[in-house]
Amino acid sequence: MTPLPPTFESWFSKRGWSIHPHQQAMLDQTSAPALLLIAPTGGGKTLAGFLPSLLELADGQHKGLHTLYVSPLKALAADIKRNLRTPVDEMDLPIRIEDRTGDTSYTQKRRQRADPPHILLTTPESLALLTSYEDAPRIFKGLQRIIVDEIHALAESKRGDQLMLAVSRLQTLAPDLRRVGLSATVEDPDAIAAELARHPDPCAIINADPGPDPDISMLITQEKPPWTGGGANYAIPAVLDEVKKHNTTLIFHNTRAQAEIFFHNLWLANTDDLPIGIHHGSLAREQREKVEAAMVAGDLRAIVCTGSLDLGIDWGDVDLVVQVGAPKNVKRLVQRIGRANHRYNAPSKALLVPANRFEVVECVAALEAVKEHDLDGDPKGPGPRDVLCQHILITACAGPFDADQLYREIKAVGAYRTLSRAAFDDCLDFCATGGYALRAYDKWKRLLQTADGMWQLRDPRAAQRIRMNIGTIQDTDTLKVRLKGNFKPLGEVEEAFAATLTPGDTFLIGGQVVRYENLKEMTVQVSRRADKKPKIATFMGTKFANSTQLSQRILRMFDQPDWPNLPAHTAEWLRLQRQFSKLPEADRILVESFPHEGRHHICVYGFAGRNAMQTLGMLLTQRMEELGLHPLGFVATDYATLVWGLDPVHDPAPLLEPDNMRADFETWLSGNAVMKKTFRGAATIAGLIERNLPQARKSGRQATFSSDILYDTLSKYDPDHLMLRITREEAMRGLVDFGRIEEMLARTAGRIDHVILDRVTPLSLPMFLEQGRIAVAGAGQDRILEEEAARLMQEAGVSAL
Amino acid sequence: MNAYTFSLCKTQCIALPSGALHLPAHDVLCVSDLHLGKSERIARRSGVMLPPYEVQDTLQKLETDIAATKPSQIICLGDSFDDLDAAASLDDDMRLWLARLQAGKSWVWIEGNHDPGPIDMGGTHLGEITIGTLTLRHIASAATAEVSGHYHPKHRVTGRSQPAFLLDHERMIMPAYGAYTGGLASHSKDIRRLFNGPIMAILTGHKAIPVPVS
Repeated sequence: MTPLPPTFESWFSKRGWSIHPHQQAMLDQTSAPALLLIAPTGGGKTLAGFLPSLLELADGQHKGLHTLYVSPLKALAADIKRNLRTPVDEMDLPIRIEDRTGDTSYTQKRRQRADPPHILLTTPESLALLTSYEDAPRIFKGLQRIIVDEIHALAESKRGDQLMLAVSRLQTLAPDLRRVGLSATVEDPDAIAAELARHPDPCAIINADPGPDPDISMLITQEKPPWTGGGANYAIPAVLDEVKKHNTTLIFHNTRAQAEIFFHNLWLANTDDLPIGIHHGSLAREQREKVEAAMVAGDLRAIVCTGSLDLGIDWGDVDLVVQVGAPKNVKRLVQRIGRANHRYNAPSKALLVPANRFEVVECVAALEAVKEHDLDGDPKGPGPRDVLCQHILITACAGPFDADQLYREIKAVGAYRTLSRAAFDDCLDFCATGGYALRAYDKWKRLLQTADGMWQLRDPRAAQRIRMNIGTIQDTDTLKVRLKGNFKPLGEVEEAFAATLTPGDTFLIGGQVVRYENLKEMTVQVSRRADKKPKIATFMGTKFANSTQLSQRILRMFDQPDWPNLPAHTAEWLRLQRQFSKLPEADRILVESFPHEGRHHICVYGFAGRNAMQTLGMLLTQRMEELGLHPLGFVATDYATLVWGLDPVHDPAPLLEPDNMRADFETWLSGNAVMKKTFRGAATIAGLIERNLPQARKSGRQATFSSDILYDTLSKYDPDHLMLRITREEAMRGLVDFGRIEEMLARTAGRIDHVILDRVTPLSLPMFLEQGRIAVAGAGQDRILEEEAARLMQEAGVSAL
Repeated sequence: MNAYTFSLCKTQCIALPSGALHLPAHDVLCVSDLHLGKSERIARRSGVMLPPYEVQDTLQKLETDIAATKPSQIICLGDSFDDLDAAASLDDDMRLWLARLQAGKSWVWIEGNHDPGPIDMGGTHLGEITIGTLTLRHIASAATAEVSGHYHPKHRVTGRSQPAFLLDHERMIMPAYGAYTGGLASHSKDIRRLFNGPIMAILTGHKAIPVPVS
C-alpha cells in the first residue's frame, strides 16, 4: 500500500477526511499503463484521479506538462480547475493548473503552447486541435498521465473515438504516458476498459462502493396527466411543492423546448418568488454562466435543465432530482439520479414525472428496472471511419507523416483494433485524392506523397481550414438571438426554426417570451413581449430511443389482466384501449386504421424504439407510394409509427411482409432523408463538407442544399464511394436501426392484428402531438403542392401572365 | 406535358421543369448559370474535393432538354463556367460531349461575372442578345423586356424550397441550371428590388408549376 506523504495526510485529517478505499487503490496501482475507475457520483472520483498526479508533482521537479485532463464539457474543465485549486493552495504545492477550451483566449492559448502548465484541463476537440500543431512533440514531451473524466459519456459518441485516436498519437510522443478513465456506473465496464487501454494492453478496473440504492418514486398528483404532450404542465403545482420542501432541486427535461415551456409555466406559478433558474445548451454562454455561478453560490432553489447538466459538475447541495418525461434509458436515469445528494453513502432522492399517460407506463417500467439494477445498453460498433479520415487530416496538419507508422498507431486504439490495412488505405486515399472512381483531382490532391514516402499537405495553408473544422459534434446550424438594439445574446435557435418565423411571431427563449422582429446579419432580432402566449420554441434537444429492455418491460406490463401498480387514470386509459381496440402484444403487430381531419391514418405498434420505428415509417410509406395510396407523411415514437395519406389502407399485411420489407430496404436506403442527414454528418466529419469557412459564414440552408446534392450525385455516379459506405453502415446502426426491425419481424412472425375504427384510438392519441413529422416527397405531396399553387393562383386572380 | 407555357412581353415562353427556357417561335433553348467546373475550382482553391461529377450531371440534363425541344440555337446565359481556369481545365471527355451537343446548332455563350472573358470553346461569345421582343443578359439591368440569370432564385411553397423562374410583366430571372448551385430565396431584398409588378414564380422539379409570390 502506498502511504500518503505527511503533507497530504495532514491535509486530509485537517478536513476531517480519510482516504476512500478506491482512492487508495488508484494510488497503489498508479504505475499501471491503463486504469479504469467506476464510481457513483459524489464518490470523490475526481480526487481519486488527480491524487497520484499531485503526489508526483509535489516535489516541484517535473518540468512541463505532466497531466492532461479531458472532460466532455467545457464547464466541467473550469469546475475541476476551481476544485483542484483548494488542495493545491492549501498544501502550498508548486503546481500550475490551467484549462484550455474553445472559450480560452487566443493569447492564453499561444502562451500555453510555448510554456505548458503541469496540469492542463481540456476537451477532446481542444486536444485534437493541440495535436495538429507542428510543435505538438515539444508540448507533449514528458507527459505522464491522461485522465479521461466521464469516459462513459464520451465512449457513447464519436467524440470518444476522436479522443482515443489523439491519445494514441500522444502515446507515440510520450511513450511513458499512463491512461486513467473515470466512469459512472455502466452495464459493461470491460467494453470501456478496452477503449481506454492501448490495444492489446490490459486495463485494470477499480470498482468503488456503489453506495446505497436511490430513493426513487413517481410523482403522484391530484391532477391527471394529459392524454398527450410532453410539457407536464399538470404537474407544476406538485413540483413547486417539492421544490419548497427541499434545499435545491434539479428538474431534468428530455428536450430544450420542453425545458423552456416548463420553466415559463413554473415561473408563472411561482407566487412565492422562489429563485429558480434555467440551463440548457441553446442558451448564450453568459446566461449559462450566470446560472452556474448562482447555483454554486447556493442562491437557487431549483434549476430547470436538460442533458447539459447531466455530467459531473459539482452543483453543491442538490437534494432532489426531478425527471420530467419518461427517461427512455435506465442507465441514463440512474446516472441522472446520482446528481442528487452529492455526498458519498447518502441515498439519492429522485422523482419521475410522466408527461402524459403513456409515459406513466414507461416511468413505472423504468422504476422497476432501477430497483432490479437492470441497466441497459447496446454494444458499440467498430471505430467510425469518418473520424479516422479527420484524424489523418489532423495528423497531416502537424507535419509529414509515415503511413505505416500511422496505421500502427491507429490499430493500437481499442475501437480500431480490427481495422484492416485496406480500410485504412481507403481512408488515406479519400484524404489524399477524394477517393473517387473518376480520378479527377490528380492536379489538386489534398495530400501528396514526397520522394521519401512521407505524406504531407499539398498546400500548407489548408491546415488552417482543417483546424477550423475539427470536431465530431453534429449540432444543427444555429442562429444567435438578440434583443433589438442590445448587443447581449439571449441564446440560439436552429436555423430551420428561424426560417419558419414571420415578424410578429412569439417564442420562448431563456424563460422569456419574445417577439420576432427581423433577421439581421445572421442574428435573429427580437423584442420583449410579456403579454402573449408564445408560439412553441421548437429548437430540438436530443431524442433517445427507448432501450430494447424498457420496451420489453412495457409489453409485459400490457399483458397483465389489470394494472394495480399503475395510477387509476392510466389503468383506465389502458382499459379503454383494450375495450375499443386492442393492447399491443409482444409477439404480434397491432395495426389500427382510422380517419382523422380528412386524412386516412394507420398506426403500427412495433415497439422497436424511435429510430427503427422511423425507418419502418419510411418503408411503409414507400410501399404505399408504390401501391398508389398517396401517403403524405408519418411520425414515429418509441412504440408506434403513424402514417397518414389520401387513401385508406385495407390490408396492412403486404405492407409488413418480411421478405418485401427486406427487399424494399436496400432500394429505399439509397434515396431517403435519413441517409442524407447521416451522409451530411459523416461528410462533415471526414472533411468533405466544411462547416466553418475562413471568411464569411456559409448559410446553413445552403449547406443542407448542397450536401443533399452531393449525396444524390455520388449515389448516381459513384455508389461505392467510401462516404456512401460509411453512411450506409452508420445509418444501419444508428438512425436506421434496421436490426431492431429485424428483431420485431422475428418476434411477431407475420402475426398481424388489423383493427378498423371510425376515430382516433386512446393509445394512438399521443402520436398526434409528437414533433418530428416527416413529409413524404411523392405523388401525394406533388398533388397537394399543385392544388395549393392553383388555389393561390385563383386567390390572386391570376390564371396566367 | 410537364412544362408551363406563358408569354412575356408578347414572346411565347415555355418553362421546362429542368429550369431551361424554350422560346418555340424562335427555336431557342436558354439555360443559365451552369457553373461547369465548380468542383475543380473548389479543389484548386481550398483542397476540399467534392464529387467530380457535376459537369457530367449538368450536361446529361442539357442533352435531354435539347433532345426534347430540338432548338436551332442554344443560349447559355452567363456563369456557364465557374471561372475561366475551370473552363480551360475541363476534362477531354466533357469537352467532346459539349462539342457533340454543339454540332449543327448555333451556340451562344453570354458573359457572366464568373466567366467574363472569351472561352476556348466553340460558339459565339456575346455580352447580351435580343430574341424577339426580349433581351437576354446575365445580370438584370434597369431595362424592361429582359431575361437574366445570376441570382439563382428559389421559392418555397408548402415547406418545400425549389429553384424557380421569377417574373413580372417586364422581366424574368431564370433559376440556376448547374448541378452544384445553391440558391437565393425569392423573398430576399436583392431579388425583390428587381421587380415592380406582382411576382410570379414557376417552380422547377418534376413539373413546372406556376404560383404567385406574395
